[in-house]
Amino acid sequence: MTARFGPGDRVRVRWAHPPGHIRTPYYVRGKTGVIERICGSFRDPEELAYARDGQPERPLYRVHFDRRTLWPDDQGRAKDGVEVEIFEPWLEPADAAMEGGT
Amino acid sequence: MSDTGQHSHDHTPRPDQDGPPSYYQAMETAVRELLIEKGVVTAEEVRAAVEAMDARSPAQGARVVARAWSDPKFKARLLKDGSAACAELGIDMGPTHLVVVANGDKLHNVIVCTLCSCYPRFLIGLPPDWYKARAYRSRVVREPRAVLGEFGTEIPDDWEVRVHDSTADMRYMVLPRRPEGTEGWSEEQLAGLVTRDCMIGVTLPKSP
Amino acid sequence: MSDPGRGYHDMGGLPAGPVERGEHDYALWEKRVDALLVLLSDKERDLVRVDELRRGIEQLGAKAYDELSYYERWIASITGVLLGKGVFTSDELGRRMAEVEARRRGDEA
Repeated sequence: MTARFGPGDRVRVRWAHPPGHIRTPYYVRGKTGVIERICGSFRDPEELAYARDGQPERPLYRVHFDRRTLWPDDQGRAKDGVEVEIFEPWLEPADAAMEGGT
Repeated sequence: MSDTGQHSHDHTPRPDQDGPPSYYQAMETAVRELLIEKGVVTAEEVRAAVEAMDARSPAQGARVVARAWSDPKFKARLLKDGSAACAELGIDMGPTHLVVVANGDKLHNVIVCTLCSCYPRFLIGLPPDWYKARAYRSRVVREPRAVLGEFGTEIPDDWEVRVHDSTADMRYMVLPRRPEGTEGWSEEQLAGLVTRDCMIGVTLPKSP
Repeated sequence: MSDPGRGYHDMGGLPAGPVERGEHDYALWEKRVDALLVLLSDKERDLVRVDELRRGIEQLGAKAYDELSYYERWIASITGVLLGKGVFTSDELGRRMAEVEARRRGDEA
């Protein structure tokens, strides 16, 4: 499956709360980060959790977040970051200008 | 009874022994027996799987770290494809996709799984209790320096602390920086400085 | 406080107490639970996937999530998945658990 995003792209995690088995942590939903790498394509855990085949495989990314964007009210060091694996359906381009650009 | 792994009750906290005492242990025994009778698994397979996991320990990871400290080309391969590089050393990584994150100049890495307890178990064995517990999983993404401080680890203010949350198919290991004063050391000597906790990233390697 | 859109297990960033650093050596029954999952999730059997295990744990509810130990949660979830797939029935399992408990009492007597 062709990956929609590439390293360096700014992405926003969807602000969504579907019931079920979800591997996108709550604390990054609705937040903006940068693609660090494409991990490959893997079966969809949201489907595998219910004994289905998890096909088609979904591109999986590691997304880097600046801690300040996750918890803007916290005091703290500017440089600290968090990296999280997120499947493509949970990501959208962080700005409209990027649509179709990659 | 045959559960020789049972412990006496005279040493400090063992959270995994809490809760209703024998109900779930009886469930384990019953499920295992039924699976064996129905031909889904054999007793020998269960025994072998227990032994295989027992054989995995931080010493395996320490060997990988020591090799990476000694051989820059190996280090490059390890950072590119962690599982393939471990396989070079004869380590069976099972289905694991290992990502090795290297501490560097002004960068310190630490790993967690906030959603459950994903851990590079095929490389360094089963995780410590605190790794699976609420305090660590909740706090380390938000206040990593405070958590590291509880382990006695202080990272300079102008460094980045980068937390890796294992939410999907990757597993992580931290490659610490080689301690100073170890020039000319053998890989065996170097491996002696590498602890489980420094491969999780909550501490630094031992000093020579 | 509690948000219906946030799973109880999904705790990243929430406040919590200090890290308790006590550790225990895994008991044999815990290692066997781990071994069962390794076997049941392998390519050949593909009976209990890690994702099914996790879903089962998440569905134990908040109380059980906190009160059960790690491998208690695992065996509870593995058992639920196996029941769901008809590998054994509740009746078989219940009778076997009663037998196991009777054997244990016999050993202790």
